[in-house]
Order: sequence, then structure tokens, then C-alpha cells
Amino acid sequence: MSESVDIRLTVNGQAVARRVAARQSLVDFLREELGLTGTRAGCEHGVCGACTLRLDGAIVRACLLFAAQLDGASIETIEGLSRSGEIADLQAAFHQHNALQCGFCTAGILVAAAALLRRGGVPSRAEIRDFLSGNYCRCTGYHAIIDAVEATCRARAGKSAP
Amino acid sequence: MLTPARETRRARWEDVLKAPSFAYLRASSLAQVFDALAEHGEDARILAGGQSLVPALNMRLSEPRLLIDINPIAALTGIERRGGMLRIGALTRHSEVGASPLVARLAPLIHQAIPHIAHPAIRNRGTFGGSLAQADPAAELPACVLALDAVLHLASRRGERAVSARDFFRALYETALAPDEVITAIDVPVAPQGTRSVFVELARRRGDYALVGLAAEAREVGLRLVFFGVGNKPVEAGAASAALAAGITAERIAAAQAALARDLDPPGDLQADGATKLHLARVLLGRAARALMAA
Amino acid sequence: MSERPLSFLDRPNSYIGKSVPRPNAQRLLQGRGVFVDDIRLPRLLHAAFLRSPYAHARIKHIDTAAASRRPGVVRVVTAADLAGLCTPWVGVLTHLKGMKSAPQHPLARDRACWQGEPVAAVAAESRAEAEDALAEIAVEWEELPPLASAEAALAPGARAIHDTLGDNLAFARAVDAGAVDDAFARADAVVAETFTFARHTGVCPEPRSILAEFDPGDRRLTLYCSSQAPHMMKEIVLRHFPLAETDVRVVCRDVGGSYGVKIHVYPDEMAVIALALLLGRPVKFVADRLESFVSDIHAREHRVAARMAVSRTGEILAIAIDDLTGIGPYSTYPRSSAVEGNQIVGLTGSWYRSANYRARLRVAFQTKPPMSQYRAVGHPIACAVTEGLVDLAARAIAMDPAELRRRNLIADEAYPWKSPAGLLFEKLSHQRALERMLELMDYEGLRREQRDLRAKGIHRGIGLASFVEITNPGPAFYGVGGAPISAQDGCSVRLEPGGSVTCAISVTEQGQGTETMVAQIVASVLGVALARVRVVTGDTERTPYGGGTWASRGTGIGGEAALQAAKALRANILDLAGAMLQAAPGDLDIAEGWIVDAETGARRIGLEEVGRAGYFRGDTLPPLTQPELMATRHHQPRDYPFAFTNGVQASWLELDIETGFVRLLKHWVVEDCGRMVSPLLVDEQIRGGVVQGLGAALFEECLYDAAGQLRNGTLADYLVPMAAEMPDIEVAHLETPLAGTELGAKGIGEAGTAGAPAAVMNAINDALAPLGARVSEQPITPARILRALGRL
Ligand SMILES: Cc1cc2nc3c(=O)[nH]c(=O)nc-3n(C[C@H](O)[C@H](O)[C@H](O)COP(=O)(O)OP(=O)(O)OC[C@H]3O[C@@H](n4cnc5c(N)ncnc54)[C@H](O)[C@@H]3O)c2cc1C
Ligand code: FES
Ligand code: FES
Repeated sequence: MSESVDIRLTVNGQAVARRVAARQSLVDFLREELGLTGTRAGCEHGVCGACTLRLDGAIVRACLLFAAQLDGASIETIEGLSRSGEIADLQAAFHQHNALQCGFCTAGILVAAAALLRRGGVPSRAEIRDFLSGNYCRCTGYHAIIDAVEATCRARAGKSAP
Repeated sequence: MLTPARETRRARWEDVLKAPSFAYLRASSLAQVFDALAEHGEDARILAGGQSLVPALNMRLSEPRLLIDINPIAALTGIERRGGMLRIGALTRHSEVGASPLVARLAPLIHQAIPHIAHPAIRNRGTFGGSLAQADPAAELPACVLALDAVLHLASRRGERAVSARDFFRALYETALAPDEVITAIDVPVAPQGTRSVFVELARRRGDYALVGLAAEAREVGLRLVFFGVGNKPVEAGAASAALAAGITAERIAAAQAALARDLDPPGDLQADGATKLHLARVLLGRAARALMAA
Repeated sequence: MSERPLSFLDRPNSYIGKSVPRPNAQRLLQGRGVFVDDIRLPRLLHAAFLRSPYAHARIKHIDTAAASRRPGVVRVVTAADLAGLCTPWVGVLTHLKGMKSAPQHPLARDRACWQGEPVAAVAAESRAEAEDALAEIAVEWEELPPLASAEAALAPGARAIHDTLGDNLAFARAVDAGAVDDAFARADAVVAETFTFARHTGVCPEPRSILAEFDPGDRRLTLYCSSQAPHMMKEIVLRHFPLAETDVRVVCRDVGGSYGVKIHVYPDEMAVIALALLLGRPVKFVADRLESFVSDIHAREHRVAARMAVSRTGEILAIAIDDLTGIGPYSTYPRSSAVEGNQIVGLTGSWYRSANYRARLRVAFQTKPPMSQYRAVGHPIACAVTEGLVDLAARAIAMDPAELRRRNLIADEAYPWKSPAGLLFEKLSHQRALERMLELMDYEGLRREQRDLRAKGIHRGIGLASFVEITNPGPAFYGVGGAPISAQDGCSVRLEPGGSVTCAISVTEQGQGTETMVAQIVASVLGVALARVRVVTGDTERTPYGGGTWASRGTGIGGEAALQAAKALRANILDLAGAMLQAAPGDLDIAEGWIVDAETGARRIGLEEVGRAGYFRGDTLPPLTQPELMATRHHQPRDYPFAFTNGVQASWLELDIETGFVRLLKHWVVEDCGRMVSPLLVDEQIRGGVVQGLGAALFEECLYDAAGQLRNGTLADYLVPMAAEMPDIEVAHLETPLAGTELGAKGIGEAGTAGAPAAVMNAINDALAPLGARVSEQPITPARILRALGRL
């Protein structure tokens, strides 16, 4: 029980050990301590979705977790998902459809959409909108984002079809 | 509303979003939690999913000295059938509850309610017990457990006790939970054959807390109607349900809607005044009743 | 399409009009954008602000001693500490006659005039420590009566918020054109409505951010800021801080949304600059989401009483409006807070033929956060008022609303046209746009569907809204009023030794695709592949001078500068190639990175050979040949004060008459922004704008209590539009190129926001009409609809 905590975790496949202030949020930890600035803090109260990342395989809000909680955890951020190639097709679709403007929301939306893609199948546009309902984008009209996710779902479904 | 106290902070306006300093305890057993709670009392807070607590910490609406992280305690998670009861561990995440076939079959009301809670990333963290402890009057799960007559298991170093949902929710964000207690599990009576459940909610945007919602459960023993977003806690609409006791017909629905004024006196909030809420509650009542009729 | 002679832009391999993905989006897609908060510097300090908890209060005493002693705290300052460092500013434009405002300082001096006004600043080793210290600053306040509403502020006997100004009227304007009284007197029908528009705010995904780095050694200040206008920001710094023109550099890297929010001077940002000077260390301030709600500019807050006179045959005879708006306690610097009202007066009704127009505007000070220009300044209001009246008039004379528009929109052949309020339209296409829209949405089919569904108790509505958008403003917009805001932009284009092109331009990128647009133009003119063009923006030391990106001017003005610079470089390249090849430059051309024979297209030498010869092998060139492989051109709009665009939007929605909930089913936009450089970029600009307009129409509102306290200042309580509630948005284009420039492009950034609220409001009223109800208060919430229906 202390105001600083030792943690060992895996970030994008790499082992990390740090002593952190108990109050440091995961998003600040990634950005300040590890220099992983792809995960962004847009509201720090759980609403905008810009900080969305993967914790032990499930998407979560990095502003609503403390780094101190993550001993033994595995984190994947936009940097890791980009390097692994897992979302290369999704990123390409975003690029083709111009599904981003300023790019501030983009990492969070890609990570969230990747979770939808992992479910398989081709969701309807309404279902895609529903799944991304917690990710704020002020620049695009969401339309192109939905287009890009839909196109990727279709492409993947086509690929895996017998 | 995400956090209740924002409007009450007038005297200072610090506009902060970095949590204050606190000590952190990673609890690996309930005993450890009990000890820490017994020792630190009101200065300690339990951290479950953190989806309500952490925003409040970031805004410094709450400044505990110690956070007791119960996430590592495996005993608090899981969903299983125990005789006539469905037991849901307090730490079970909303997403697990939503995906559970057991819940879908044995507690369909809860199954219907889960997709209305926030968004996927938040449902992956937020917990069943956390929602009940938070006791937000516009939240879905407190209304469900009340409608289902669920029993909450509370434990502390002093021992364990079972509290019915009816006794658990007391006032705005106030519950029967003592400062040294933990919710460990929730027992939901299994829905008997022929049960009909309807969950309806109006929220301005997908995933927002409800403007008004209704958890309705029709069992042989009677009809339970629990509204949320209309008071300082989930509200059981006894008069309305009595009006439908003899069976649901179009005339009785109208009578029940009229009777609702005796059950509810909703305070206004940011989205709507009390009159609007009462009106919307009546609309939901009509829709739920017709759905029950059709089911 | 265009009747002008073929130019480089029309060549077969031109990128103009092609939808090419943005090259600079790749790094954003990998999380590699660099926003201000991503910049790390040695010795960095973090700032946090103590803000006024009251809408209006005297500061009797501030004690910072305890806060200063906190661990990690380097300095706590109040107004007194910064007095000698930063001079105050007054946000007036001299050409807005009679406009007034009071001097503003980085930190409130003896009085705070809005809840959220910065009062003290802490610089500490981390933001968390700075926040810790805020709690230790003791302020003794004496609450003063707030003046929250514009009505109250202008009521007879109301106390002036600033004694020196005498009253709370910041600006007023009146227009009376034609014979308005006469027109109303002879009208067959007169419709009237009071429209209200809530105060709302920009909610940039990346909050306002600034990092000020001051090097005490050479007294150089480098500002990294999230801004649309770096050169303006530099000019502001020079006006108010004791620094030399040579010693200030402003850098804007990635900007996470701005929409007008990040183009104003904010007291907290000025305080950060002052802190950096004071401490000789870099200081960073990233507004958090909560303080953004009370410190970013707000927008709108208008109440417009409006009337329209119409004849039985569907002629709009006259329009009269009276607009009252509240702008907070200070007019915002340097663009002022009077432009929105001014534009409403100018724009309302201007796309219809009627010559009879009367308008009155009153702009009031009040104790709420300052309000100023936010995306589509004034347009959504002018449009909703005008189009709302048109629909009311159509109903009054029982005419189809599309038909009434058809009969009154300015004819496509009637240009140039001058509106009653004095706006000059060079060439617009309202009639064609309307016809295109009716076909695109299948207006008749939708009307049938609507009738059929109504019979089944399903209430759907169709709303149309024609509009104009102001783009490409000339110097008469701000410069003439004394603001250090450039209406011109410059572009430098340079051939590199390897045959690629580097282009530096003063318009900026916030994700619109500015850099891509510039690269498309430059690549097309120079005959190189898009990937061979690198575009540099957002740095006062590395780009030519210019206004930046705002008021939908990036493509119209910056694009033209890029075109002319590229043409000049092209001529220089051909001169040099001609010298190298002993050919007449006129016989040569550039294509796909090669100097080719203009006639046959045969490849002669690669551009890299020209580059190498120019830079390294001057010895091989004929005597007196001086290669000039860089060219700079500027462009400034001259012929017209603005380039107007036009279009029409339509909304199709379903109303739940029991709950008052609205479900948006579909939205259409037909838009004419002149020549389109990239339809891909244009489409999503429009859609993003539409969604901001839909937010305003249905969700967004800063809710204040009587004490002037913001009640919903969190992102959970202030409702921004999210994906699940937004419709698919179909966009179609007309292209009426702008005269007076070779590119012929107008702007596009604000059209979506301008027309969307009107279309939705009209659609809701269309659904409500058979029930005898209507709404005129935005946002149109379920509660407001239910009240209109008499269900409450
Ligand atoms: C953007 C956003 C939208 C949301 N929308 C909704 C919504 O629509 N509906 C809804 O219901 N919720 C919503 N939530 C809240 C979410 O459901 C939370 O998960 C839930 O309210 C609290 O659960 P938690 O596990 O996160 O609890 P925590 O945040 O960890 O804790 C909440 C409180 O409960 C206490 N506590 C937690 N667990 C226990 C326990 N086992 N025993 C004793 N005390 C305990 C904590 O000490 C704390 O006081 C939203 C949250 C966000 C961020
Ligand atoms: S920063 Fe985490 S949700 Fe906004
Ligand atoms: S691209 Fe700017 S917020 Fe989404």
C-alpha cells in the first residue's frame, strides 16, 4: 500500500518495468513514461474514446485506469497494432475513404473498430454506428468512418469465405 | 449525468482532471480488503471497474487516501446457477453479463438491459457490483435488480449479510452498504417458465444514462414495474402495476398510465423537467405493457 | 463544366478533380501525429489555472503562499505579476462602426466577469502537481450580481459590466433596403416567428494547447501552438510582449480540430507566454476538457424575431429581422465578437430575389464566456431564419415549399447580383442546385412515402434549406478594421536536385487536406507525381507570410498562390531545360517528371537532370544562365470582398410524437464550391460540417443557471453528436468556377454547418405540421417538441 507502485507489464509485446505514482492514469503513463503518444487524452473522463486501447485483448478506456493496476497486464496500443499489421487493411480503408481529418480521434476509433472486426461477419451500418457510439469525432461526419469499417468487414468476410 | 457533484462545487472551480494523490492497494483476497476497509474506513474506496469512480477521482470530486483495487480477486467474478438463483459475482463485467447465455435464459431482463449501458469499451471494464454500489438513479442495473427482487451479498470483517434490492437503494447515490463493506455477489431469482421481461429506455444518445427507463417483469406472482431516471433511486410503480394486475388490456393501460402520477414525482435534470419525465414514463409504460401483452 | 481555355489543371494526368487519398494521413493512422501535447522539451514546465467560480465577482485578495510551497511548484502568478510583461488588448474592429469593448489581461485583475475566467496560474514540474497547488490558492471573493442574459444586459437601467463603456451594447447595426413597410402592407400573407439559437461551443477533440519556449540567452521565443493562423499569432505576440520581430517563431504541427476555436487570443495562452518569459523555461498548457467548456470561445446565442411577407402567387415580398445576441464580457481579440451578428444581418434572405429587407442587430455584453467566430459564423442562424420563414410562408399560401423556393431563388442567369444588404454575388447556381437536389432525393417519391406512412401513424418530415456561404474573404473582412490578419497567402515552390518538389505555403492544415490540395495543384502544374511533392505548412520561419486557414479560404486563396508559384517555377524549369537542350522553352513541356517535347511528348531529360545541372553543374550551362529553381507567388482576392458559394441541403427524418424523439434517416447536400480540387476531401468536409450543424440543431447547448453558472460543463453532459444518431449523408456537386482566379476554387469548410440546422428544423416542422405544432428553438430537444405538441 503505497503512493508509488512497481509494475511489470507487456506493452505492444515488449516487457516494461516501472515504478509509477499510484495516481498516474494509463494514458498518461503511456504518453509520459513510454513516449507512446498515439493514445490520446481528449477528455480524461471516459467519454470521448480517444484513449481507447487493448488491455488483455479487450478494448478499454486508458483514462479510466491507473498504471498501478496493470502489473502483469498486456497492453496493445495503436503503435503496436500498426506494427503487427493486424489492422493494416483497416488503416488502408480509412486512408482510401478519407475517414479521418485531424487524426486526433483516429487511433481510438481504429482500436475500437478492430474489436468489431474481430467478431467477424459483416455488421450493418447501424450496428457499426452503434459499436462506435462511444468514439467522438468532430471533423468527419462519421459517414466515411462507417464506410471504411464496412468495407474492411466485407473484405475480411470475403477472404475468409470458403 | 456522469458525476453528481459537479453542480455543487460552486465555491471552487479548479477544472482539474488529474487524480489527487492516493495510496494504492492491490488486493488479492477479500480478507485483505476487509482489513484495509476496517482500518481506513471512509478514507478508503474500493476500485472495481473504475468507470464511475475514476472520472470522479480525476475531477477530484472524491479524494480518498487509499484505493483498494479488488480486480485481482477472482472469487468475485463469474456467473453460475445455484438452485433457484442465478449468482452474479460483483466483479463480473457488464460485457460478460451481456454475453452470458445463462443470463439470457434465466434473467432475460438483465440481458436486455446490458446493451443500454454505455459503450463496448466501458462495458468491458464496468462491473455489476460497481453499478449497484454507485447507485446512479438513471442507471439500468439497479432498476433490474429491484424489478427482479434480487439479493445482494455484502461482506466485511464483521461478517456477511444478505440485503434485498428493495432495502439496498436508499437515496441519491446512497445505499445500505456500510463503509467497511463489499458487495461480493448478487443472487437473482431465476425467471420461471412463462416469465415475460421487457426493458425499455429513452436516452438522448446511444449509451447515455437514461432520460427515463423501465424494467418490467411479469411473473405469475405479479407484475413488477421499476422506473429509473425518474427519482433519486430506482422507483417501483406499485399503483400502475396494480392497475394492470387483472391482466393487460388497452383500457387498463390507460388507467395504469394515469395511476403513474401516484408512483412517480420525477425531479428535473439537465435533459428534461419533471413533467416531461412523467410523460415519457407513461409512454414507456404503454409500450412495455403492449409488448408484455404481445409476448 | 468550365468554359475557360484548357490549362495545366485540365491536362490528362492532372490531379485536379481527382480523389486522391491524403499522403499525410498515413502517420495519423499509425498514431504518429504530433500534437502540442506530444512535444517533449528539456526543462519543461506545466501550467494550470485557477479560474473564477463565479460569473461575476470582485477579487478582494489572493494568497498564493501555500500553493507556492507545494512540491514541484516553480511559480504561482496573479495579474500583478504579469503586469509589466504583457500589455492588455481590446477586441474591436474599427470598421464596425461604434463597436466597443474593454481592455483584457492574461489574468483577471480585480474582477472576474465570467465563470472560468483565469485568475491565477501555477507552473509546476507536472500538470498533476500544478493542479494540486490550485487547491492551495486562497481567493477572497465578493460576489457581484451576474448579468447572464442579453435581454437583461440591455434592459433600461442595467448596470454596465465595464463602467468605462457606459452600457452593455457592444455593437449595433441596422439595414433598411427597399420599401419594407409597403411590402408588408400589400402582402397576401405575413408570417412571423421568433427563432432562438442556444449558446454552444466547439469541443475540439484536441483541446486548446500551447507550448511557449523562451531562451533567455538570445531572447528568442518559440511557440508551438494548436492554431489555424501562425503568422497572426506571431503578430499578436509582437504587439503585446517586449520581443523583436526577428525573435519570435510560431510553429503549428498537427492540430486536433479547430473549427474557429483556435484562432482567437485567449488570456490563459497569453499568460503561458508570459510565464515562459518570466521563468526562462518552456511552459506547456493543454486545456483539460472541463476548463475547455468555460474558457474556449462559445458561439451563437441569438434570438431573432423575424417576419416575411408573401403574395398569394408565391412571391416573397419582404423580410424583416431583429437579432439580439450576447457575447460575454469582452469582445474577443483580434477578430471581435460582432462578426457573427453582422453576418446574420448581411446574409439573411440574401439568396432570394426580394429587394425589401430590414434588419436590426444588437450585440450585448453579459457575464458568460466570450463568444466569437466558430465554424460557419452566423450562417446557420441566417439560414434557419430565412428557410424557416420560407416554409412558414409556403404553408400560409398552401404552396409546396420546393415550389416557393423555385419561384424566389435568384435566377442562375441573373448574376452578378447585389443583395439588399449589399453583398455581391459573382455567380451562383441556386436554381440548378435545387433541381439537382429534388432529383437526388427523389422529392416526389419521398412526399408519397411520407403521405402513405402518415396514414399508418408514422410521422416523417422533409426539410429543405438553400444557403450561401461566405468564402475567400478579402482584406475588407479584418485587415481594414486594424486586425493583424492577412487576407493574402504565399507559396514557395522549389525543385530539389533529385527532381522532387518542396512547397512551403502559409495556409495551414487541421486535417481538411490543405497539404494534399496544395500538392495536387503543384504536382499537376509541374508534371510530377503527387508523391514527389513535399508540402510544408505551419511555421512562421519556414513558410511565406499569410493568413492561414479559416473562413474557408485555404483552397480558394492558398490554392491559387500555389498554382501561380508552380507556374512560375515551371517557366523557370523550362527556361533552364531549354538552355540545357538548346531548345526554345516553349517547345518543351514537363510530364511525369520528364522534360518532354511539347509536340510529340517524347522524353528528353529527367527533372533530376535539370535539378542537378542547376545546383551542381553550373559550369555546364551556357554563360549568363542563372537557374532559378524556386519561385514564390502570393494571392489576394481583389475583385470581390468575398467569394460566395451556394447549395441546398435536405433532411428526411422520423418523429416519435409520443416521446418527441427525432431519428435522422438521411441527409443530402448539393453544393457548388467552384472548381473542386479533390471531391474526396470536399465530401467529408461537407459531411463533418453537416454533423456539426446537426449537433447544433438537436443536441448542443451550454446550459446556464440564473447565476451564470454552466450546468453541463462535462463531455458527458454537453451532448455532442455521436455516430449512432447521425445519418448517412449523400453529397452531390455543381461546379461554377470562380472568376478572377485561374484555379476557380471557392471554399467549402462551412457549407455543411450553414445549412444543416435549417434543413432539420424544417423537416421536424414538416412532420409536426399536420398536428398543428411547430418548433423554433434550437437545439430542438424532445422536451421542446413535446411542449410544441401540447403533450406536457
Ligand atoms: C462515458 C460513460 C458512460 C456510462 N454510461 C452508463 C450508463 O448508461 N448506464 C450505467 O449504468 N452506467 C454507465 N456508466 C457507468 C458504468 O456502468 C460503471 O461501470 C458503473 O456505474 C460502475 O461500475 P464500476 O465497476 O466501474 O465501479 P467503480 O467505478 O469502480 O466504482 C463505483 C463505486 O462503487 C464502489 N464499488 C465498486 N464495486 C464495489 C463492490 N464490489 N463493493 C462495494 N463497493 C463497490 C466504488 O467504491 C465506487 O464508489 C458509464 C460510464 C462512462 C464512463
Ligand atoms: S480521454 Fe479517455 S475517453 Fe476521453
Ligand atoms: S478526425 Fe478530427 S476528430 Fe476525428
